[in-house]
Amino acid sequence: MAVTGLVFIGYVLLHMYGNLWAFSGQEAFDDYAHHLRELLTPMLPYGGLLWILRVVLLASLVGHAAAAFALWSRAAKARDRRYAVKKVVTATLSSRTMRWGGVALLAFVIFHILHLTTHTINPGGDPESPYLRLVGSFQVWWVAVIYLLAMLALGMHIRHGAFSMLQTLGLTDNRRRYRVAHAVGLVLAIVVAGGFALVPLGVLLGIVTT
Amino acid sequence: MNLTLKIWRQPNGSATGEMVTYPITDVSEDMSFLEMLDVLNERLTAEGEEPVAFDSDCREGICGMCGLMINGVAHGPEVTTTCQLHMRSFSDGDVVTIEPWRASGFPVLRDLAVDRSAFDRIIDAGGYVSVNTGAAPDAHATPVPKENAERAFDAATCISCGACVAACPNGSASLFLGAKITHLAELPQGQAERHTRVLNMVHQHDLEGFGGCTNIGECTAVCPKEIPQDVIATLNKDMRHALWNRV
Ligand code: HEM
Ligand code: SF4
Ligand code: FES
Repeated sequence: MAVTGLVFIGYVLLHMYGNLWAFSGQEAFDDYAHHLRELLTPMLPYGGLLWILRVVLLASLVGHAAAAFALWSRAAKARDRRYAVKKVVTATLSSRTMRWGGVALLAFVIFHILHLTTHTINPGGDPESPYLRLVGSFQVWWVAVIYLLAMLALGMHIRHGAFSMLQTLGLTDNRRRYRVAHAVGLVLAIVVAGGFALVPLGVLLGIVTT
Repeated sequence: MNLTLKIWRQPNGSATGEMVTYPITDVSEDMSFLEMLDVLNERLTAEGEEPVAFDSDCREGICGMCGLMINGVAHGPEVTTTCQLHMRSFSDGDVVTIEPWRASGFPVLRDLAVDRSAFDRIIDAGGYVSVNTGAAPDAHATPVPKENAERAFDAATCISCGACVAACPNGSASLFLGAKITHLAELPQGQAERHTRVLNMVHQHDLEGFGGCTNIGECTAVCPKEIPQDVIATLNKDMRHALWNRV
């Protein structure tokens, strides 16, 4: 769970950084998308690195979900009869929504791949340029809303997930490091979710245009 | 004060239980929570009804026998044991729900009394030091740095009450495990068996049917000894070292 989660955190940081090229205009963004496919060529074939990434991400996703469902079913078995009254004393909303939040993120990732990778869903038309595709989509209000809501879910998932990863790896074995791990979770959540949200917000506000 | 109690009644482990409502009057705010239940039980006995079964022993907050889910919080509204909770924490007219610890690893024996021998088996699996440490040696025969000594001592205050399991949304006993692992891991005497200890205790924990930790933190919030979350990090770290050592 922790190791695959770390893969995702690294990936979303890179992905978020890449998206910000949208603020530099069509040429810069499309060049970036093109360069992604040329990285490490000719050592790898065109798009090779991207395919390696996809395999690693898919394997991580399978591992992450399998571990999550194993924990979920263990928890259900560990308390076979529920309390009539059970209060939450301190748990954060993020920590209590990891499971359903994770399911929501999975649904978003599927939507997202159908939208921007396979071009199966084309709400903003189907132009060749990745930039025009991105901007055209976010000009459709409900597409932007879906992405913004997904980023809220992602931020909450990372807020607890990043902290929990550090704890599971056993790196927080004194009170100071434990507090630092909580801060790391909060900062990563704001940077990643906030950074991703800038692009749809930029389109909605007319800062990023075709 | 007058209260309405809603108490889990279950005649034995295999019976299906139910919540039963008992009004109780003239409760003094100086009574402990268990004394309030004693008063109820005297009345029930006089009326020819079965008294409510619950566990307690020292009634001083040190043995860990008592433990009730009170209004959805393990050991009730104060950070202490159920026996050290007083009725001044409640007010006139309150409805108080009282349930046993709910965990598959702690089967209900009767009413509010559960079988916590799963914890004994986890300790049997490695929560000790095998060598004979002999009679009390000179205090500084084996020097222990202050921070380690203090952390070991804080972890050693765990009284095995099981509130952490009761509060955990995953039904995990990781806080209890972490406390026992940290207690011995911080001391020189605990080093020789450090790796086998963590492997065997975690294995037994899982066999008992307790869930896996997802670092939610409800356990520490209700722990009467305020065992901190970082003991679970020590548990995870020892687990990581022990697993790596086996490769
Ligand atoms: C506002 C947020 C996001 C935007 C604007 C966005 C945008 C994009 C774009 C434009 C692509 C296609 C890149 C290309 O064709 O070269 C892409 C691919 C991808 N995104 Fe996102 N993304 C967002 C959030 C996320 C999140 C939160 C995740 C996962 C947790 C994610 C996972 C992926 C994956 C896995 C791919 C690659 C699919 C593939 O090529 O196989 N994205 N994203
Ligand atoms: S860690 Fe705290 S709550 Fe858990 S058994 Fe020990 S004293 Fe009780
Ligand atoms: S009866 Fe001993 S701790 Fe409560």
